[in-house]
Amino acid sequence: MAKTDSLQGSLDLLVLKILSRRPRLHGYAIMAAIANTSGEVLRAEEGSLYPALYRMEEAGWIRAEWVKKDTGRRARVYELTAEGKKQLGAEESRWQSVSLAINRVLREA
Amino acid sequence: MSLWSRVLNAFRGERLNREIEEELQSHIEEAIASGRDPREAQRAFGSTLYAREASHGIRAAGWLESVLADVSFGWRQLWRNKVTSAAAVLSLALGIGSCVAAFRLIDALLWRPLPIANSSNLYVLSRKLIGLYGKPIEDGYWSTPDFKLMRDAVKDQADLIAISDADRTDITWATQGSDDDELEKAHVVYVSGNMFPLFRLEPALGRLLVPADDRGPGLYPYAVISWDYWNHRFGRDPHVLGRSLHIGDQTFQVIGVGPHDFTGTETGTVTDIFLPLSMNSLATEESVTWHRTFLMLNPNVKPAAALEPLRQHLSAVSHAFEAECSTCFRGVPKASLDRYLNKTLVLNRAGAGISDLQKEYRRLLGVLGLLVALVLLIACVNVANMMTAQAAARAHEMALRISIGAGRRRLIQLILVQSGLLALVASVLGALFAAWSAPFVLSLVNPPDNPARLDLPADWRVLLFGIGLLIIVVLLLGLLPALRASAVRPVAALKGGEDPHSPRRLLRGAIALQVAFCCLVLFLSSLFVTSFKRLQNRPLGFSTDRLLLLQTVAGKGQLPVVWNQTAEALRGVPGIDSVAISGWPLLGRIKINSDISINGAPPSPTPAFFLNISPGWLATMKIPLISGRDFRPEDTSPGEAIVNETFVRTFFPGQNPIGRTFERGANQPVNKIVGVTADVPDHDLREPNRAVFYVPITGIDDKFAPSAMNFGTFVIHTEGKNPLALADTLRQFVAQRHNGLRVSNVTTQLDLVRDQTVRERLIATLAAFFAAVALLLSGIGLYAVLNYSVLQRRREIGIRMAIGSTRAGIVRIVTVDVFMMIALGGCAGVALGLGAARYVTSLFYEVKATDADMIALPTFAILLTAIVATLPAVLRALRTDPTEILRAE
Repeated sequence: MAKTDSLQGSLDLLVLKILSRRPRLHGYAIMAAIANTSGEVLRAEEGSLYPALYRMEEAGWIRAEWVKKDTGRRARVYELTAEGKKQLGAEESRWQSVSLAINRVLREA
Repeated sequence: MSLWSRVLNAFRGERLNREIEEELQSHIEEAIASGRDPREAQRAFGSTLYAREASHGIRAAGWLESVLADVSFGWRQLWRNKVTSAAAVLSLALGIGSCVAAFRLIDALLWRPLPIANSSNLYVLSRKLIGLYGKPIEDGYWSTPDFKLMRDAVKDQADLIAISDADRTDITWATQGSDDDELEKAHVVYVSGNMFPLFRLEPALGRLLVPADDRGPGLYPYAVISWDYWNHRFGRDPHVLGRSLHIGDQTFQVIGVGPHDFTGTETGTVTDIFLPLSMNSLATEESVTWHRTFLMLNPNVKPAAALEPLRQHLSAVSHAFEAECSTCFRGVPKASLDRYLNKTLVLNRAGAGISDLQKEYRRLLGVLGLLVALVLLIACVNVANMMTAQAAARAHEMALRISIGAGRRRLIQLILVQSGLLALVASVLGALFAAWSAPFVLSLVNPPDNPARLDLPADWRVLLFGIGLLIIVVLLLGLLPALRASAVRPVAALKGGEDPHSPRRLLRGAIALQVAFCCLVLFLSSLFVTSFKRLQNRPLGFSTDRLLLLQTVAGKGQLPVVWNQTAEALRGVPGIDSVAISGWPLLGRIKINSDISINGAPPSPTPAFFLNISPGWLATMKIPLISGRDFRPEDTSPGEAIVNETFVRTFFPGQNPIGRTFERGANQPVNKIVGVTADVPDHDLREPNRAVFYVPITGIDDKFAPSAMNFGTFVIHTEGKNPLALADTLRQFVAQRHNGLRVSNVTTQLDLVRDQTVRERLIATLAAFFAAVALLLSGIGLYAVLNYSVLQRRREIGIRMAIGSTRAGIVRIVTVDVFMMIALGGCAGVALGLGAARYVTSLFYEVKATDADMIALPTFAILLTAIVATLPAVLRALRTDPTEILRAE
């Protein structure tokens, strides 16, 4: 469905982590935050960010709300739910164990 | 929660799209605001349309959206063809409603478990034996001493419970300050003390009977009334506890009210009063079998392994009891005795209760179920035909949809949704129909004294059945047209003509099927209607005109002279023509047999039935005397007797019976025959005439002293057309004489005769109704199919006419295959009917399924319907104007 990107599989983790630090961000801000904090190394493909957000919303990890921006337009802002916090923990530990395993393989070689 | 929001979003697809669009736009604006080049930002984002579609798919349940689209499309389709859709909905509603109503009746009478604990562990004991006339019968009644022996024998594994059938008894509620208490009727049941505890029933008020209340004959005169009786007789008055109730010369005290939903174990009758078994004087009699015996397995006993040993054990105990019982078979010849003792004890499941109503109506309900299922099938075939025709008309649309990439699954869904819509609307109407018709049919089972009473709840059982039925109907309706439509080959259809014969082949098959079902319904109903007519028209041999029957009781018994005085007094009441007395009324379902021995010989194997009558009874009933004389006031029993013709044929073949004698059993006093009467059906209209003898009501004992009569019936011929108009006057008239006689029931001879045919009338009425519906539906179906086929073949017919085909030739090509299908279906239907009739012969009266006119009648009806139904289409075909058709081409 979505195009493959370098963040395949870890986009969820990044979004959840960002939202756990700074609640109530809209889509563009989440994307910008990922780019900024990773020192412009990680870049979420803009088109596939929203399907991912909706999927997480339907799964109940994040919830969304419409707010008025100063420009007069509406924006949809996201924040973590309790369910999402649990999910973040699970994703983080999964990431740790995977990267540990990959490092071990690299060292052995 | 997530599924719910997706379902919700499916209902607001447009708004969802707008929201997604807005968010995506806001993203791009944000990008531009942060200083990016607008075109670069747009390009980096990619296709917004794609993102929107992908997002929409995630946030809304796609399958539901497509169903919703199909629903609104299907609804528009149905709405466009209003008349056809209405006809389809109505016929389906009738079919579904009838099926649900039949299910409610069948379930309530035969399947629904009693509201007691462990109803699946409940069995009833009966024994199979060869009956009086050599027919195998099943006897479900037991004597109390036998019951007690069996109960003690198996008490480690199971509990035996004795419950008598509900008897419509004369009772009196004692009221303070009045001694002239009204006699009224209530359904009284005697139960062993363990029944309530074993069924784990809790009282609504007071307490229920326990084993301690059932310890000895006549010791504990306690009564428990049912909730239903408490409700309708006492308006749920809590002060009913402690009230006194008289039955005969016994007085009982109410100690409690039963639970709300428990109406006894006799399905179809609501018990009013429960009394301890040992309070009935029959409970000490060895030779009187009067109550049923239930068996409740202990919860820890496995039925599969335990039942057969239990049955054998019970059988052995009961057999030993009967073999040793000194009073059971006094004076019975050896051969008959062996037959009586040669019984097989059987255990039947009784979790749904046990009643004569079940026995009598099981087959009838089976037939009813078959009839309604067939009517529903006919309706389904009709509607499926309609949808096939519509689908054929939509072949172009289907082809187009397929060629632009619609999945076949989606097409099947479209048609199934449409048939689901039809079925759903139909089931709502059908549910209303069932809600009305099930109680209505039940109310037709209405012998005036004892109308059937069944709880017909509309609960989850009925709901589940309805849903199952709905699914079956949707599949029946939609599956065939759906598969056909989705098998459309786009190339052929778009080119302008698929094989024109293929939908017609399907429709022709449907006609054959429909005619077969219709023929089966007609065949069965003609059998039932004829049975009922023959039964109703059976010559009675007596008059039912203006005959009022006062069924009267005398608590402690009164001498015949008192009864005669009352009859004489009644003769003086204005509006009364003549009055006579008999022991019980003719065709009142009472029969008592007696052994007959001639000249001191051992009794013959065939018994005779008897009835005691006063002088003048024969004249009042208009039963002709063939020879001899009527009774005189001084005649006594034993002493004089009048016999019927069958009696003469059986016991005095070829002889003049006047002056001959017979005894009622070996070593009994002699009766001299003084007259011979014509045969009349005495207790059951369906049975052939039996040997009957009449004796005077004045009975004498061996010291020639007259003996008292406990009950009798005044047979009154009134001058007015409506004998019941005098009922209340005469009831009070008898009571005011204060001579111990009280009228317990008033009816007319005509009603008793009508009662005999309640079941036959019911099945004949229902069968005739469904036959009419089936015929109508088949006619409509036939008309629609033929009409459609003529429309389809317009081109062909026009060309044929243009090249000189005759009118007869056109009629032939239009109708020949239809009539072949009708013939085929008709034969199949009759064959099915002959098979089905074998299963229900017990419901027929002097009718055989193989009678020529039984087969001719439905055939004729179907042919007539077919001709009427095909006429419009044939006329349309003949009116085809070849020039117009050919010009259009």
